[in-house]
Amino acid sequence: MLRSIRDGDKLLVGLDGELDHFCAQSVRRELDSQISDPTIRQLILDFSGLTFMDSSGIGVILGRYRILRERGGTVAVIHMNEHISRIFHMSGMGKVIRQLDSKQEARR
Amino acid sequence: MNSHNEMQTTFLSVAENESFARVVIAAFAVQLSPTVSEIADIKTAVSEAVTNAIVHGYEGTRGMVTLRATIQDRSLLTIEVQDSGKGIPDVTKAMEPFYTTHPEQERSGMGFAVMQTFMDDLTVHSTPGSGTTVRMSKRIHSGGGY
Ligand SMILES: Nc1ncnc2c1ncn2[C@@H]1O[C@H](COP(=O)(O)OP(=O)(O)OP(=O)(O)O)[C@@H](O)[C@H]1O
Ligand SMILES: [Mg+2]
Repeated sequence: MLRSIRDGDKLLVGLDGELDHFCAQSVRRELDSQISDPTIRQLILDFSGLTFMDSSGIGVILGRYRILRERGGTVAVIHMNEHISRIFHMSGMGKVIRQLDSKQEARR
Repeated sequence: MNSHNEMQTTFLSVAENESFARVVIAAFAVQLSPTVSEIADIKTAVSEAVTNAIVHGYEGTRGMVTLRATIQDRSLLTIEVQDSGKGIPDVTKAMEPFYTTHPEQERSGMGFAVMQTFMDDLTVHSTPGSGTTVRMSKRIHSGGGY
């Protein structure tokens, strides 16, 4: 189970452990059930518990971005470590997915 | 430490073995005293190559994947990931960033780009119908925290 906090049209979900092709299937399924409520317009993914991610993770995040975009919503990420941040920017995800710092998150 | 070392392991093309391959390569590379960041680079590159073998090479069918690694000059780590799957018809095209044959599986075409960025050198040999070998190397300048 992914930890999540709902606040109005915002949903904050914490990802833990490793996000590779093996884990992607269950993370995708869980995220999709969490965002199935169409009133959710902002998905914020908290990466503080994520220890590993490869290109399979890019696919999972961009896939959820497309779902939110279709309903006029957004996806943002918070607490990315340096390594995951390199993959994030390499893939061009930084152009469509906002990276929040802790202060912005506290104010959200 | 010996100036030369080698290892090889062969495993079934199931997704559970992606993390197995990452742990194996990290354990082998530790003798080079890599930094935490170098270990992350190596694990990610291996994860990409092994995932490709499982997802594309065998397309979910069962086959064997071989992970080989050598250390030369006490610093040069060379890694090979080999499958006997369907092969790649156009390697140059496959290696282009954002090129994927499986967008419907939410693949983004970034695997080879990640391997290229995180390793010093990458070469791909592939024969359609008989399989693919990805060879990559990285020089580790000892000085890590191990
Ligand atoms: N071992 C392999 N056997 C057969 N085809 C492969 C193999 N590795 C890669 N390919 C082909 O090369 C393409 C590009 O690979 P790459 O890893 O860059 O992207 P991807 O796997 O499609 O997406 P991502 O890695 O971002 O999830 C693949 O879509 C596939 O067609
Ligand atoms: Mg790939």
